[in-house]
Formats: sequence, structure tokens, C-alpha cells
Amino acid sequence: MTAGLRLEGLRIREGARGRTLVALDLTVPPGVAVSVMGPSGVGKSTLLAAIVGAAPPAFAVSGRVLLDGRDVGALPTEARRIGLLFQDDVLFPHLSVGGNLAFALPAALRGRAARRERVAAALAEAGLEGFAERDPATLSGGQRARVAVMRALLAEPRALLLDEPFSRLDAALRASFRRFVFETLAARGLPALLVTHDAEDAAAACGPVVTLGPA
Amino acid sequence: MGAPLRGRPLSAPRAQAARLGWRPRPPRLLPWAPALTLGVLIGPVLAGLAGAAAPAFGWFPPLGGDTVTLAPFRALLAWPGFAASLRATLVSAALSTALSLALALLIVAAWGGTRGFRLIERALSPLLSTPHAAAAFGLAFLIAPSGWAARALSPWATGWTTAPDVLLIGDPWALSLAAGLVTKEVPFLLLMILAALPQADAARGALLARALGYGRVWGWLKVVLPRVYPQIRLPVYAVLAYSASTVDMAVILGPTAPPPLAVQITLWTRDPDLSMRFVAAAGAMLLLAVTLGLLGAWRLGELAAARLGRAWVEGGGRGRRADGALRAAAGAAAALTSGAVFAGLAGLAVWSVAGLWTFPDFWPRSFRLDAWARAAPGLGAAAGETALIGVVAVLVALALTLGCLEAEHRHQLGRPRRSLWLLYLPLVVPNVAFLTGLQTLALAAGLDGGRWAVAAAHVVFVTPYVFLSLADPWRAWDARAGLAAAALGAGPDRVLWAVRLPMLLRPVLTAAAVGFAVSVGQYLPTLLIGAGRVATLTTEAVTLASGGDRRLIGVYALTQAAAACVGFALALAIPAVAFRDRRGLRG
Repeated sequence: MTAGLRLEGLRIREGARGRTLVALDLTVPPGVAVSVMGPSGVGKSTLLAAIVGAAPPAFAVSGRVLLDGRDVGALPTEARRIGLLFQDDVLFPHLSVGGNLAFALPAALRGRAARRERVAAALAEAGLEGFAERDPATLSGGQRARVAVMRALLAEPRALLLDEPFSRLDAALRASFRRFVFETLAARGLPALLVTHDAEDAAAACGPVVTLGPA
Repeated sequence: MGAPLRGRPLSAPRAQAARLGWRPRPPRLLPWAPALTLGVLIGPVLAGLAGAAAPAFGWFPPLGGDTVTLAPFRALLAWPGFAASLRATLVSAALSTALSLALALLIVAAWGGTRGFRLIERALSPLLSTPHAAAAFGLAFLIAPSGWAARALSPWATGWTTAPDVLLIGDPWALSLAAGLVTKEVPFLLLMILAALPQADAARGALLARALGYGRVWGWLKVVLPRVYPQIRLPVYAVLAYSASTVDMAVILGPTAPPPLAVQITLWTRDPDLSMRFVAAAGAMLLLAVTLGLLGAWRLGELAAARLGRAWVEGGGRGRRADGALRAAAGAAAALTSGAVFAGLAGLAVWSVAGLWTFPDFWPRSFRLDAWARAAPGLGAAAGETALIGVVAVLVALALTLGCLEAEHRHQLGRPRRSLWLLYLPLVVPNVAFLTGLQTLALAAGLDGGRWAVAAAHVVFVTPYVFLSLADPWRAWDARAGLAAAALGAGPDRVLWAVRLPMLLRPVLTAAAVGFAVSVGQYLPTLLIGAGRVATLTTEAVTLASGGDRRLIGVYALTQAAAACVGFALALAIPAVAFRDRRGLRG
């Protein structure tokens, strides 16, 4: 059994007989962040959608997605245990910061007090103690980004996909947030796949780099 | 006195502008378009409510009512059918609205974004354009004891060789009426939900929930619904108010002895005994109060759901096991509600050409066209009247809507949320209530309702739909095209006529088609404002309900449904021809 995330002959085409957008063979061991680079429009976001099993119906996906040796290709998105971080945070505006995090906590963790405690611990880990009751809209961009990371992690994923998560942040924030993300991922031993068009992001990930070219 | 004015020197920039061909413009009407539109929508509602309120309290001098009294309300409460009538109204309105909303939400939650959902989206337009009366007749033909459903199961499954003697249509609890309303309200709410999804960032939210391990339906309900609901609240209220005051569907599917409140009020307003107008007015006021009560109760329900929902959302339940059953249920709901309309229309078509058709037979023994031949003269006249009224109402509504949108664009008018409420006012105030009042006022003023009065009344109901249909595409237009034209020297009028309207021809025609379908389907305004003398396809069809001539009903209801579709066909065909060589404008 290979631990980590493995893409075997993953191929995305525009329709069953259309142009091949992406063809990849790739292994992401636990604790390693692999960067996928390429100009915009090359199909990076579609690749991530295909890995979580949510590619738009217009695309035909073939090949295998293995997570810790298990083929998850036939599973629906929600059963794959692959987390997703978007370009912007996508915090739910109808919930408080704590509510956003509690949303991600497994239901198996029962009891209000226990859930609250777990949320508070996650906020502390992100350097946001006491933010549970806040409205996400009142947070700064960097704070929101960290909440989004913690939310993805609280669902206890077995791998994490990052879709240009740093591109919306300004230069100063970017470096510190990047460090936070990669340290957190490495500490948990999660395999991560980072999609970016910024070489600095890829360098900070300290992992292998795959370049997708225009087909 | 005029000389100094004429001789006044132009200021330097003005003089320069005059040399360049600039002239002061005549006063413009455009900035007044929003106020005018609101006046057209709200004026009749307020006047109508006033016209119902006064006689409800006994004051209406033209009919000898010159003292303020509660006698009309006492007469209303003394009516033996009162309790049952009120019950039918409450049950059909609350049940149909709650069920329609639940089904529409479930369908989007369970199937949104999938291949199967495209089928549902494609079925929406024909479902929406089918008039209420035609849908109600179709459903009646399906579920009647001798309807297609019973024929399909007889005699092999049921053992029936003659039509069973059970009350399936017009049941006293108005359940069949509620079912009819559901078939029309589910597609309407689906359309409203779909329109609200992009603003709610629904696609990413739903995907994120699934990446966090949530089942499709649970994730949608927990993440997308709280953001979509505020945007569909007004349409939901409109559905609730409409259900409480529907007359045409209630005449066809509702109980008869006593009928729901709205139907009984309409009967009273048409009673030869003019003193019954006072009771009708009291009934209109009561129906208004009942509707406000239902809306208030619904609002309380929303607040309670929001409170309980928060704990549910934050509790982390993934609901993955529920997905299969919920998706199957949603699929069945979509198939059943749309199938009822389509099979109903098919039933109308078959009945219209049926010869001998005895009970357990699934198909008629023979086909003949004599129902069409019998109906032809009246049908032609009614179709002409329907088209004329519809076209006039749509043109006025379109002019008002375009005026509003263009004024908003040119004068940078804000659009406060309040104005949306005002737009919905004619849809949320029960129309029986204010139409009764309008009719009473017309009576007092000695106005004889005719075709043009009916068209004017239709404008009140058509304009909100035209506006709602056109506003989003109009505002989403890429303003750079207008800027480019202006840079080439085109003034705002030329930009409007030569650039914006042609580019937006498709949505403008679609909005017109929506408006035309709404006008075709109007029953109560045509009946009350036209004083029963303006015969459209809808009034003729509903009048046939009591007669029970299924062949003739088939002819009229089918023609009514076809008339509502004509606009949509043209809205597809015209741009296809006009832009046959313009790939960028093909949808």
C-alpha cells in the first residue's frame, strides 16, 4: 500500500473524444506538498475538481485516484475525504467564525461543550483566540484565510487540494500565511496538491513541481 | 419683456457648445418613469383596497350605504358556509405553499448541477407558460374518477368497470386544489431559486460542503439555503398570497358547496342583488386579513426555522445516508409535478378530439373534430380578444419597464430593496381584495368595463413579471459597448436604440413572452373589470367548468395553453432569424 495521494494515468478531456486537457501520473507522499504550475486556462482548477469527483459534466475523466492505496474514483465527493481550499476563503457568511468551524467538525464529536472546545483549540492554533463569535465579514483577509484552512482541516481530510490559495493576499501577508499553511500541513503529515501560477508559491511548498503546458 | 431674454448673451462654454451643435434638450420624461411605474402598480391596489374597505363597513352612498356599520361583516359571519369556506382557503394556501417550497428546494438540493437537472431546466418554460386554468383542467381530467389515472388502472388493478363514485375533485378540504396549485408553484419557485443561486455563490459552497464530507442534500440545505432564502422570500410570499386568492383554479378543482373564500367573494360581486356587494367587500377585507395572517405566521415560521437551523448546521451531521432516498424522492416529485401538467395537456388534447369514450377504455373508440367545429366561431373571437388585450398590456408593461431600467442606468438611480417590495405589491396583496374594490369604484363612477379597462388591469399584473424577467439581463449588459458607441459620438438615445436594445433583443422578447403568458392566464381581472362582458379564452374556459362538456373544455383549455406558448415561440424565432449571421448573439 502506498500512503498518500496517487494519481494513476489521470486524464481529463473535453468530452469523450475531445482535446486532452490534462494527463498526469503523480504520487504525493504524506507531509509533502506537490505544486502543479501552468498558465491560467490550462485546466488546473478542472484537475482539482476531477480529483474530488466534481468535474463539470462537460469533461470526461479517466484514470485512477488512489488515497492511501484505496481507489476513491467511484466514491462521491463527500466520501473521498479530500479537502479543498479555494482561491478566496469561501467562509459561509450566514455563520459565525465558530459556526464555520463547527460546520466542518465531524458529527461524531458530540456535545456542545466538546465541540466548542475543539473549535476554540483550532482558532488558537491559527492565532485567532476568542474569534468564535465574530462575523466572518469583520475579519481581515489574512484572518479569513487562516479560518478557511482550519475549517478544511477540522473535517479530518486524508489529503488537501489547494487552488491558488495565496493569490488574493498581498505580498506581506502572503509569506506568513504560506508558512502557516505548509507548516500546518507538514505537522499533520497530509499529502497536499497545490495549484498555482506563481513560482514563489511552488518554491515555498518545498516539494516537487509539475508543470502543465498548453496541450 | 421678451427682448432682453432673447438678447441675453450666452455664457462662453454654452456659446461654444451651441456652435458645435449642442442644444438644450426639451424636458425629459425618462426620469419620471420609475415614479410612473410605481404609480401604475400601486395606485390601483390602494384605490381598490379603499374601494373595498368603505363598503365593507357599510359606507357606499351609490348603493344606499350611508352609515358606518359592521352589518356586512355580521352577514358574512352568518353565512352558513363560512367556516368550511375559510378552512378550504387556509388549507389549500398553507399546504400548497409549504409543499411547493419543500419540493422545489429538495429538487435543486438533490439534483442541482447534474445531467438530470438539465432535463428539469428544459421542462421549466413550458410548465411556467401553461396557464393555471389549463393546468387545473388537465389535472382534473387525470384524477377524476373517470380520468386517465383511473382508466389506466381499470379494470385490471381496481376491478372498476364503471367510474367509481368517489369525490376526488372538489373535496371539502381542498386537497385537489392544493395539488393543482403545487403543479404550478413548483416550477415558479424552481425558477426563482435558480435565479438566486449565482448570487449565493452556490456552486462553490455546495462543493466545499461535499469536500468537508457532507451529503449532497444536507450540504446544500446547510450552506446554500440560508443564503438563497432571503432572495426567494418575496416570491414565496407571492405564492402564498396567490394561493389564498386564486379563483380560476379553485372554480375547477376546489370544493363547491361552499367554495373557498375567494370564489364566494367573486360570486357575491356578480350577484344580481346589489346589496350583496357589501358582503363581498367584507369578504375581501377578511381575505386580506387572512392573507396577512398567513404571511405573519409564515414569517414566524422562518424565524423559528432560522433559530433551530443554526444548531442543526453547526452540529456537523453529514446526512450522507439520507442522500439516496432524498434524491429518489426529489426525482419522483419532479416527475410527478411536471408529468401531471404534461399528461394533463395531453388529456385535454385527446378529449378535444374524442368520439365515443366509455369508462375503462384507455383510448377513445373513435376520433372526431366536431367539438372544434362547434367551438370555432366563439373560439376565434375569444382568441382575438385574448391576443389584443395581451399585446396592449405587454407593450405598456414593456415601455414602463424599459423606462425604469434606462432611467436607472442614465441617472444613476439607486435601487433600494424597498422598491422591490413595491414591485411585488400587486402580487402579494390578494387580488380578489383590491379587484373587488376597483369594480365597486367603477360601478360608482358609472364606468363600463370594456376591453381597454381590462387591458389596463392586466398591466398591473403583467408589469412586475416583465420587470423581474428583464431587470437582470438588462443590468448585466456589458456597458463597454455603450461606452464605445458614446466615444463614437452616439448620444444616450442612439446607444439605447441602436446598440443596447438590439443586443438585448432576446431577453426583451423573452420578457414580453412572459408578460403575454401572464396576461393570457388572467381570469379574475378580466371577469371583474370586464364586468363579465369581455370574453377571453380564459374566461370562456373557466365558465365551461360547471357545464362538464369535456370535449369543449379540452378545446378551450388547449387553445388557452397554446396562446400562452405563442409568445415564447416568437421570442425564440425572431432573434434566430434576425441574428442568423451573428454568432456572438446566439444564445
